[in-house]
Amino acid sequence: MIAKPPSLGIPLAELPEQQRARIISIHGGRGFQHRLHVMGIMEGRIVTIVSKQPFRGPITIRVNGTHMTLGRGMARKIIVEVIP
Amino acid sequence: MGNPNVGKSVVFSRLTGANVIASNYPGTTVDFSKGKIRIHGETFEIIDAPGTYSLEPTNKAEEVAKKMLEEADIVINVVDATNLERNLYLTYELLEQKIPMLIALNLWDEAKHLGIHIDVEKLQEILGVPVIPTVALTGEGIRNLVLNIEKATVNPKIRFKENKDRWIAIGSTIQQVEKVEHRHHTLRDRLSDLTIKPSTGIPVATLIILGSFYIVRLIGENLINFIFDPLFEDIYLPIVEELSRILGPGILHTLLIGPYGEEIVFTESLGILTTGLYVPFAMVLPYIIAFYILLSILEDTGYMPRLATLVDNILHKLGMHGYGIIPVFLGLGCNVPGALATRTLETRKQRFISATLLAIAIPCMAQTAMIFGVLAQHGVAYLMLVFLILLIIFITMGVILNRLTKGSSPEIFLEVPPYRRPSFKAVAKKTWMRIHWFIREAIPFLFLGVFLVNLLYSLGFLQWLSKLLMPIMQTLFGLPGEASTALIIGFLRKDLAVGMLLPLNMNPLQLVIAVTILTIYFPCVATFAVLLRELGFKDMVKSTLIMISTAITVGFTLRLIFFGLPI
Repeated sequence: MIAKPPSLGIPLAELPEQQRARIISIHGGRGFQHRLHVMGIMEGRIVTIVSKQPFRGPITIRVNGTHMTLGRGMARKIIVEVIP
Repeated sequence: MGNPNVGKSVVFSRLTGANVIASNYPGTTVDFSKGKIRIHGETFEIIDAPGTYSLEPTNKAEEVAKKMLEEADIVINVVDATNLERNLYLTYELLEQKIPMLIALNLWDEAKHLGIHIDVEKLQEILGVPVIPTVALTGEGIRNLVLNIEKATVNPKIRFKENKDRWIAIGSTIQQVEKVEHRHHTLRDRLSDLTIKPSTGIPVATLIILGSFYIVRLIGENLINFIFDPLFEDIYLPIVEELSRILGPGILHTLLIGPYGEEIVFTESLGILTTGLYVPFAMVLPYIIAFYILLSILEDTGYMPRLATLVDNILHKLGMHGYGIIPVFLGLGCNVPGALATRTLETRKQRFISATLLAIAIPCMAQTAMIFGVLAQHGVAYLMLVFLILLIIFITMGVILNRLTKGSSPEIFLEVPPYRRPSFKAVAKKTWMRIHWFIREAIPFLFLGVFLVNLLYSLGFLQWLSKLLMPIMQTLFGLPGEASTALIIGFLRKDLAVGMLLPLNMNPLQLVIAVTILTIYFPCVATFAVLLRELGFKDMVKSTLIMISTAITVGFTLRLIFFGLPI
């Protein structure tokens, strides 16, 4: 039996524009997780980076056809794996 | 009830008649609208609850939505058909509340257009309550929705132990009812991307803001020139003149109309029936109308979240986030709606900073016009200087206040809805509700303000105060002592006050100082009244102290830069 290699997650904040990725985990308190969940941001979902504002400004992403803007700090708590 | 940006308000405006009022939820700063609907001769009250993603509130508006639900007899859940999965979370939560419910599956045409097929009958069967496809923008399906209100039911079978189970139910529902065809990148998507990417978005935003101002001025000026001024000058003036003759000289004449024997000038006489009516109705209201029309359109197209994204970075460093642009944007028209818009921000800290910066560094449209009038003759460079100084103050004070104010300033987190064609009816209704609100809440204060200033003037108090301030003007700011009168009038009408600087024969640099101080030191009485309501007494005192000390510091600094040390 071959063990599945551990996937290398990186924070959403570090992806370049237009990159697609799958959400692996979301860090932070229960309230924070809930806020993201009800907007459709949760483990297993595929996100695309739509735009990044310069100077560590907010990031706009697309999940399930919805566009959302979130601060860099929040985007650092969302860990994803890149989909080539 | 429903998620934000699903067309709730459009459905609401389709369901209700003309009698819609905007109210404040008791004890909060959350607005909602209330209207009436008649079905089979019976009248029902219908409430447009604030948008929410779930019944576990994450902010004040969502808390209000939850509280409203507890009082509801029937719930109409408006669902975005183009985004069924996310919307179903709230739907399931609502179903668990066991309140009779029906669902308006809105944006039905758009879903079809995007290649999303939803099996309505199957969905109805799973959820156990009526599901009616609607296109609120055109009114399609609304009649059907009304006819089905009576059929609203409870589905007793729906109950979840954990959030996880709810997501599982949603997943299986989606699998059973929804089929999505592959879709192409549409023109609208491209437009959306262009307006949110900084390289193209910032130029577009600049154009939109400048364009908005041009249109506001155009609408405002035309309303004044062709409607309000003729109304006052041709119809109302003769009546006041007649009244003046009947009254004769005396204190009553001074308070109602102005000084006896002088020609009646609506902007200067200071009587309740002259200036007291003219200022709020013929000078402020036209711009308010124009501004609210434009704001409602910008909101309903979905542009505002994009603007908020673009400016979030800089505003976050000033202790706010992207939505802090709205009070600024509105405040440039008139500070009163700007002050009201501070409530779009979440925390006390954000609202305090936003309100204080607004009062300090954002001149309203009327004031800007007067600044142009006073300084343009001396050259555009002086004008630019004033606005540059104000911009520097805005940023500097923002950074300072962000450091000094306690509390948190959370990061931006918002949905960027697709662009939509605004509904004429919804825009008209929203604009009307806002204007109605303004007339009811703000105009009495303007009225009272004119009365107070006139009274204090008649009693000689203002003359006394301005004499007291004269030495400050001369030594600290290097201005003629008489400029103090303008400062005092500025509490009532900033633009009038700017006009009062003209006869003082100041040089351009003195004018720059005077105009800047006039902008910073205090908001006009109407803005002050609204801010007092929004911030509460304690914070307003703090804010006022900040304004006055900023005015003194900036005035003195400018004097040092322009003319050197006082001799």
